[in-house]
Amino acid sequence: MLETSDLECQRGDRRLFAGLGFRLDAGELLYLRGHNGSGKTSLLRMLCGLLPPAAGEIRWRGQPIGKLGEDYRRELCYLGHHNAIKEELTPLENLLTAAALADEPLDEDQALDALETLGLAGREDLACRYLSQGQKRRVALARLVNERRPLWLLDEPFVALDVAAVDLVAGLIGAHLQRGGLAVLTTHQPVEIAAGTVRELVLAREMTAC
Amino acid sequence: MLTPILAVIVRDLRLALRRRSDIASVLFFFIIVVSLFPLGVGPEPAQLRKLAPGVLWVAALLATMLSLPRLFADDYRDGTLEQLALAPQPLGLIVLGKVIAHWLISGLPLTLLAPVLGIQFDLSGEALAILTVSLLIGTPALSGIGAIGAALTLGVRGSGVLVSLLILPLYIPVLIFGAGAVDATLTGTGAQAHLSLLAALALAGVFFSPWPSAAALRIALE
Repeated sequence: MLETSDLECQRGDRRLFAGLGFRLDAGELLYLRGHNGSGKTSLLRMLCGLLPPAAGEIRWRGQPIGKLGEDYRRELCYLGHHNAIKEELTPLENLLTAAALADEPLDEDQALDALETLGLAGREDLACRYLSQGQKRRVALARLVNERRPLWLLDEPFVALDVAAVDLVAGLIGAHLQRGGLAVLTTHQPVEIAAGTVRELVLAREMTAC
Repeated sequence: MLTPILAVIVRDLRLALRRRSDIASVLFFFIIVVSLFPLGVGPEPAQLRKLAPGVLWVAALLATMLSLPRLFADDYRDGTLEQLALAPQPLGLIVLGKVIAHWLISGLPLTLLAPVLGIQFDLSGEALAILTVSLLIGTPALSGIGAIGAALTLGVRGSGVLVSLLILPLYIPVLIFGAGAVDATLTGTGAQAHLSLLAALALAGVFFSPWPSAAALRIALE
């Protein structure tokens, strides 16, 4: 479903990777690995369409994502480095606002359930700036509980989480893959995710200046 | 189609209410700048009446300017802008929502304050009414045009100064017709023509500016 061919990424005058191609089908998980600065985040941002590749093409269901535009964005869920939550809003408001902006139906009970799943019961009405780093990450990840879009692109989802939360999120990703979803994620932690096919892509060091 | 715009407006208004000091600083700046003029120029009514339209309008421009750098910067910093850019509706519509919210937070309160401040300049009731109407029509244009500058300077160091350099020249037509409308009332020639042109500028500013702003935001996000 998700296919790339000959992808090249250039940041400044450094080429991070070139000639990158892979294919990911329903129910498959792709781990992106590589040292810091190898271009994992850049690749994820390319896959969302935020960063245009220097060369190559990304196709979703056989069509280039640039051409699909909004239809592609409707099918993907991206969780970036930043939590994309507002410090002044409560976890509940953050979740409901994010859903409204993404044009996804989500009622208050579902949002409360999602927060409870992530262990944030009792914190729904506390402004996010009073939460710890790990709790903020949990608020961001609570989006995944009701997320039914087929393609998940997750950038370091386990960062700042405790062991219990890591298992919980791994479970969410596993359930998503069981439903026939796709997931691409970067992580430095070894995490067990129950998935049919797990692929791994290592972005090797390539420092050629162009 | 309208839900995401509404969602952005509601979100931005809610954020502004949780951070009232931002609105307060803009309004306080407006009040102080306008009030300094009668003190500095002296209490001669005829002279003050002549100065009033220009002073109030320039102060409104500068106060709007003050709030612009934060229009997208907060969303950019905490990652919400990425999410907005990935939302299934065109980014331009979301920017339109942000422009409307910005006007409700800065332009509308400025407009409501203006007649009170205008009293310091010995303006007649009619002139005060036209001043308020001209600000009501003109301030949306300031928010719209300002969004382009805020988007273009996103993530740039010293963006506050850069926004002023980029945007203030573009505000000149709004200033001329806005202050001109009040002037025309004072001299008795009627403000109709000025207000019509101001309305045209506002419509163009609000409905066309979101698209170049959205393009600039996509570049900033790369």
